[in-house]
Amino acid sequence: MQSSASPAVPSGATRRAFGRSRRARQMMIAYLFILPGTFLFVVWTLYPLLDAFRMSFYEWNLIKPSTFIGLDNYRRALHDDVFWRSVRNTLFYVVVTVPGQMILGLAIALLLDSPLRGRTLYRTIYYIPVVTSWVVVSLIFTFLFNSQAGFVNWVLKDGLGVIDQNIRWLRDPLMARIVIAILGVWKGVGWTMVIFLAGLQSIPQSLYEAATVDGAGTWRRLRDITLPLIRNTALFILVILTIGAFQVFISVFIMTADDPLNRNDVVLTYMYSNAFEFLDLGYGAAIAYMLAALVFLLSVVQIRVLKRKVEY
Amino acid sequence: MRVSFRWTGLLRHLVLIAGAGIMLLPFLYMVGTSFKPHAFVMELPPTFIPTNPTLDNYIDAFTSNRFGLYFLNSAIVATSSTVVTVLLSALLAYAFARFEFPGRSLLYYLMLGTLMVPSLVLLIPQFVLARDLHLLDSRLGLIVVYSAAAPFNMLLLRGFFEEIPQDLLDASMMDGSGPFQTFWHIALPLAKPALAAVSIFAFLGSWDEFTWAFTAITDQAKYTLPIAIRLFQQQHGTQWGLVFAASTIAVLPTILVFILFQRHFIRGVMSGAVKG
Repeated sequence: MQSSASPAVPSGATRRAFGRSRRARQMMIAYLFILPGTFLFVVWTLYPLLDAFRMSFYEWNLIKPSTFIGLDNYRRALHDDVFWRSVRNTLFYVVVTVPGQMILGLAIALLLDSPLRGRTLYRTIYYIPVVTSWVVVSLIFTFLFNSQAGFVNWVLKDGLGVIDQNIRWLRDPLMARIVIAILGVWKGVGWTMVIFLAGLQSIPQSLYEAATVDGAGTWRRLRDITLPLIRNTALFILVILTIGAFQVFISVFIMTADDPLNRNDVVLTYMYSNAFEFLDLGYGAAIAYMLAALVFLLSVVQIRVLKRKVEY
Repeated sequence: MRVSFRWTGLLRHLVLIAGAGIMLLPFLYMVGTSFKPHAFVMELPPTFIPTNPTLDNYIDAFTSNRFGLYFLNSAIVATSSTVVTVLLSALLAYAFARFEFPGRSLLYYLMLGTLMVPSLVLLIPQFVLARDLHLLDSRLGLIVVYSAAAPFNMLLLRGFFEEIPQDLLDASMMDGSGPFQTFWHIALPLAKPALAAVSIFAFLGSWDEFTWAFTAITDQAKYTLPIAIRLFQQQHGTQWGLVFAASTIAVLPTILVFILFQRHFIRGVMSGAVKG
């Protein structure tokens, strides 16, 4: 990092003579390069990050002047049943979608990892949901999982005959959570597949050849070569997916908008309705900060714990 | 041996085709529904190809629902913020890759560290700030906040600028070019593939962005596509044909861009490991 960044300097003599003024000039130039981006970063990311922390200690509602209330917002959350329900709903989403995406993504990557006709086409198709807007796919799933005349109900009831009565998908809290998780896996699996593919391609082919000569079958090659060697890739995916899953928002916001009781709230939809419907911005900021802290801690713990095993 | 190999190949194709079907089916159903007359949207058994196709939903979107305006808003906001983001992130990346200056690593790690912060944590203070700066309800407010993603793209570009041989830059400086000319005429063209990837990510990110636009914009004349589509869903008992006509038009550019620039895209995802 340091050595590659040495600035352009002419010969040794001029360097010594003009060293100081040159360096000052270089610094000025560097600051000019970073100025616009850093300005935006400080104003729209760094300052809001600190401001959210400050707001979480205030009763803050855009109308009345705000008052300092210490840790009350945090204390309130700990005794707020609706908040805890939103935490449980978020955990459900994390626990279902993270392993779901990892297992399916790895399976698809393994299927695509050797020469196969149409490989690029498959990869493209599986990746399309990843690049599609959350709003659009949430609306499509709302439509497919309609409680009466929906596509999925029709397939299950009239097509396959596995149910006798239409399922009230998004109107039933448990079913709604399942549909939202299915959407999360469906949309994210293409990304997981691509990253796993990158990991698989870095495994030297000679290892497999040697193992085959030694008489190892498909299953043993998978268990003894592939899985241990993509461990770091898997760790990376696990961290990114967990961080992402805790932030589930748009799908829940759109798909369960007509539930008057907000039984499907996740942490961020609950934060959002507190801040922008009830204008309780301080409480919203406290909820947001607790989520940020949790996400941060989790990723640190995940990296620590899994690294130790890899070293062994 | 030969036979069993063929069989596993066939089996692989069958599984992959089934999976591909699950990936594509929701989109095909969306497109099919967008061409159905209102009365047939909920018909069962479901059909992917409408029996009596119509363009009514598309015409309706553009005439009575100002869809053209929303499309234009999205195009303006996404294009401007992409240009700004790419330029600012390239400047940042070049400085981090090529210059020494006090505060360099502090700034770098600050930018790196904030990537871990959920973007919705910033939503409340950004809203208050935008209100104080009179940037609510304005396209400029959207462009500014979307462009604040520059540090993130900087991380993707930095490596490319580090790989440029110092001799090339020295030669340009010897010819009498200043540092900005060297950056513009030598470094930027060399980083073209990376810039392409960053542009695509930045464009798609702004084009699809929902939460900030939904929070900051209340004047319907300034709606972007994602919040307009959501409005169509809420209005008069969800006209699904209209919602999906709008969705189809909104999604089409993203899927086209993705398919056209697939190579850049997948490479960008693999190397920088970005989640789209």
